Amino acid sequence: MEAVKNKLVVLSGKGGVGKSTVACQLALGLAKRGKKVGILDIDICGPSVPKIMGVEGKDVLQGEGGKWVPVERDGIKIMSIQFLLENASDAVVWRGPRKDACIKQFLTDVQWGGLDVLVIDTPPGTSDEHITLCECLKGHPNTGAVVVTGPQQVACDDVRKELSFCRKLGLPLHGLVENMSGFVCPHCADCVPVFSSGGGQQLATDYNVAFLGKIPIDPRLASAEDEGVHFADAFPASETAKCINSILQQIEGKLVS
Amino acid sequence: MNTQMQKLGMVGVKHLLAISSCKGGVGKSTTAVNLALAFKNLGKSTGLLDMDLQGPSVPRMLNLHRLESVKATREGKFLPPQNYGIKAMSLGLLLADDQSMVARGPMLSQQVNALLQQVDWGNLDILCLDMPPGTHDVHLTISQQLSLDGAVIVTTPQEIATMDTRRGMDMFKHVHVPMLGLVENMSYFLCPNCETKHHIFGEEGQARVTAERFEIPFLGSVPFEVDNRIAADSGQPVTHLGEHGHRLAKPYYDIARKLIELLEAKKGDAPGKVSIEFED
Repeated sequence: MEAVKNKLVVLSGKGGVGKSTVACQLALGLAKRGKKVGILDIDICGPSVPKIMGVEGKDVLQGEGGKWVPVERDGIKIMSIQFLLENASDAVVWRGPRKDACIKQFLTDVQWGGLDVLVIDTPPGTSDEHITLCECLKGHPNTGAVVVTGPQQVACDDVRKELSFCRKLGLPLHGLVENMSGFVCPHCADCVPVFSSGGGQQLATDYNVAFLGKIPIDPRLASAEDEGVHFADAFPASETAKCINSILQQIEGKLVS
Repeated sequence: MNTQMQKLGMVGVKHLLAISSCKGGVGKSTTAVNLALAFKNLGKSTGLLDMDLQGPSVPRMLNLHRLESVKATREGKFLPPQNYGIKAMSLGLLLADDQSMVARGPMLSQQVNALLQQVDWGNLDILCLDMPPGTHDVHLTISQQLSLDGAVIVTTPQEIATMDTRRGMDMFKHVHVPMLGLVENMSYFLCPNCETKHHIFGEEGQARVTAERFEIPFLGSVPFEVDNRIAADSGQPVTHLGEHGHRLAKPYYDIARKLIELLEAKKGDAPGKVSIEFED
């Protein structure tokens, strides 16, 4: 981990707002801009990163000193519990201490090598995984968090707690992203605030956190993820890809080179 | 078992039903709230226990506000507040808005035990448990503490969601909780302007395939409309005015009726029933 220049933790108090989507899109975008990138998936119960990155079911090999060699895609190094499961649909029902040990191993026993940035995708909530991660990263320079919310109040209620958690544990906040922010109907071009609007911006204001931007819904993103295709590459003209790019540029500006 | 149920304030509860998904954000709480109201409006006395300690959504969805004080019985158990004719309890009713349970698994399990043991539900036909996402300590604790009559699994069509949902179902198999069926939420989005259907969360039908694979009933689909989100945010569930009170209510009532049949057949409340077959 000493050779990892920047650690970028992607969090949300709420499930299903698109943490893994945002984490993977950031990793893919940063790699495209010439950065050496790794992505670590510490969602032990519901690891989504391998599928989104198109590397589901790949094997992890052991390298020098018994350390794990991460799976690679387009030069991006990837690690997830999903690679270590016998069956992709196996449930991992571990109590806290076992999850902690696994996360610590992912941080210290993986051959990350020299990375410009390690993106860390987390599960929803403020529990074992988050506490262990923050404890392990404490004192590591250039660590920051991007918090993802949906626009609706039900999501903001939970994300509010996550922002408090970050402040409580001393995890610097790069900013807030509002995902699934509106849907432009391809038939009538009406922009529908599917999940409401404005919740993320208000939350950022309330907590004095940078608002990095909104990402609208594009149905092609869900299909791209299911197929492990890089969405922004496949549909660069889409409004969603442009918004992701804008957020990416702001985050890149906050990283140490 | 009666001693355990008495300890948990659930001795008067006929059926315990978990609403669950390993995946977050698929609409477990929305489904739990709407099913609870459907059960109640179909004549079943109902309660809803929000087991999501770190992201409790039930208070907002039921328009229940933070409790300034909680009434208790002589035995020291909390009496759950009510709205829309159902009893409900959530950690969200006891904490400030930005306060969360920042806690490791063992502490969360302790809190689960406290929530399970400190509420007097009285007599209920159905107590619904809105489960948190994932397959954590909390899920194990709940499965060990309670004899659940069944679990309803909620998913969206997207492969990323059904993948995690299958993990949750695998967990229920391992802890021997019977799965009563699968619900596909956010099946498609209906544009409120031109009423065109859009599959923003993947093509419909993935849930049906998953249900077949696990040999459990496919209970139904619920479309994604802005009204359902507005209802959740404003604390006025689409089912609260009855089956004909809103066009989105019908899918929930259809699913609720199927679940009532399944629960009553399990407990032998309806003698003579041998098998349940649903015609779609």
